Amino acid sequence: MKSLKQKYCIVGVGNTAYGKNPGISQIAHNVLAIRAALEDAGLSAQDLDGVLTKAPTSTFPMLWGPKIAEALRIQPKVTATLDQAGASNIGLIQYAISAIEMGQAEVIAISYGDNPRTGTRASYARPRGDDALAGLFGAPSSYAMVAKRHMHEYGTTNEQLANVAIAHRTHANMNPNAQFQELFTVDDYMSSRWVAEPFRLLDCCPVSDGGAAYIITTEEKAKELRALPVYIEGIGQAHPSWDFYRRPELATSGAKIAGKMAFESAGLQPTDVDFCEIYDCFTIVPLISLEEYGFVNKGEGGSFYEEQRTHIGGELPCNTSGGLLSETGMPGTQLVVEAVRQLRGEGENRQVKDAEVGLVSQQGGIMTTHATMLLSNQGVHQ
Amino acid sequence: MNEPAIADKFAAFEELIPPLTDLNAPYREALSRGELILQRCKSCSSYQYPFESFCYECGSTELEHKISLGQGSIYSFVKVHQPYHSAFKPFIPYTVATIQLDEGPRLLCAMLELTTEVEIGDRVTPRIERITASESMLTYELEGS
Ligand SMILES: [Zn+2]
Repeated sequence: MKSLKQKYCIVGVGNTAYGKNPGISQIAHNVLAIRAALEDAGLSAQDLDGVLTKAPTSTFPMLWGPKIAEALRIQPKVTATLDQAGASNIGLIQYAISAIEMGQAEVIAISYGDNPRTGTRASYARPRGDDALAGLFGAPSSYAMVAKRHMHEYGTTNEQLANVAIAHRTHANMNPNAQFQELFTVDDYMSSRWVAEPFRLLDCCPVSDGGAAYIITTEEKAKELRALPVYIEGIGQAHPSWDFYRRPELATSGAKIAGKMAFESAGLQPTDVDFCEIYDCFTIVPLISLEEYGFVNKGEGGSFYEEQRTHIGGELPCNTSGGLLSETGMPGTQLVVEAVRQLRGEGENRQVKDAEVGLVSQQGGIMTTHATMLLSNQGVHQ
Repeated sequence: MNEPAIADKFAAFEELIPPLTDLNAPYREALSRGELILQRCKSCSSYQYPFESFCYECGSTELEHKISLGQGSIYSFVKVHQPYHSAFKPFIPYTVATIQLDEGPRLLCAMLELTTEVEIGDRVTPRIERITASESMLTYELEGS
């Protein structure tokens, strides 16, 4: 990033199995993922001087960073837990870079792990205080309200939403760790049950157990390590913040401002991006994200997906491992892991050819928070 | 004095009633009388809901209560099929709408027992339902229905 003293890299990524992991606690999901990321980087827990975490969705424990540090038997110089929901996956990287720039740390682990599938998930559909009597429970209904408004303003159709789910499933079909790999058609989508119109079951990400982690360090340290360094080229964030139904515009997100900030800090443009990993908790989100980033005009996200331009081999492959919709419903950490694998050329049969620049898009709440990150391998494949 | 009639279909709504606070008590007492009230800022004249001790627009702490006819239009809506809570089960599928009030604020509100399809932009009007001996809930219906 242009404003910083040095360059920063992701040097290790790791994850657990996704889906149902009975007997694996929240803390174990974090530790298993961090240890896998350390192994990937050729580092040990004792090399870490920072542990940063996103709080589990299913419960909100206090002092979560220190608890994970204890479970790694380390006493780090830097810990933090950030409360930006999905956007924390990038916000924590920004925090890590700040800590390293300030000389407080050199090697920092960032993790997320939760077990809402086999543990408790009461928080997923809790009534909303004074709004409980309105009958709106759970994220699907709220995102469906956003989708309905987008359909009204731009003519987006259910067939187009189906094509978002299908595109990401097509990629999950090539990912042996994806929770859902089985292919389906628009007809299958149309016959899946309604959850909250305009959303059917296949518009919604699953509830999943799982953990994922990544290791951040300086370019200098990265060059000593075994994996191909993946450079953090730019970061931006922007937070629409208000309760979704009170926002002046409902069919938008923070992607426009966060994306502009990320592209400017990287000195890159949307045309430089080879693939995207986009937070896709519901089908409407990647469609709006592509529009707000400027990859397509406002209102054209649906047709972009319908024309299969987001498939691997297409003009802008999106969610190459299946995303939240198919790989795992984990809130976004897996998207960073997949972007790194693509840029290291480790995508196996789902590898995007000559991938040099990837965009990671994260958000949380009901499009309440947003963060964007641009990663590159600095043209190593050229 | 006769107790107002409470329909059986609202039996399970009691547990969804949020705790009574100094802030929401006037709103709930009004609703129980069959009236909708909003807060209005004495400094900048904006209306607000839910209630707070300050104005979200300008920060003033001088707020008054104003009776609202509750009229407005549908800004967006969903039709819920998933039985998230037992209270709403008898009404599935039911509609939840974002209501754009004529006074300015937006509300989230249930529209139960609709007999026709609704669309964004449709004009709507409150239908206040008695759910316990002392509490009523705000729902909406299409204007003229
Ligand atoms: Zn005011």
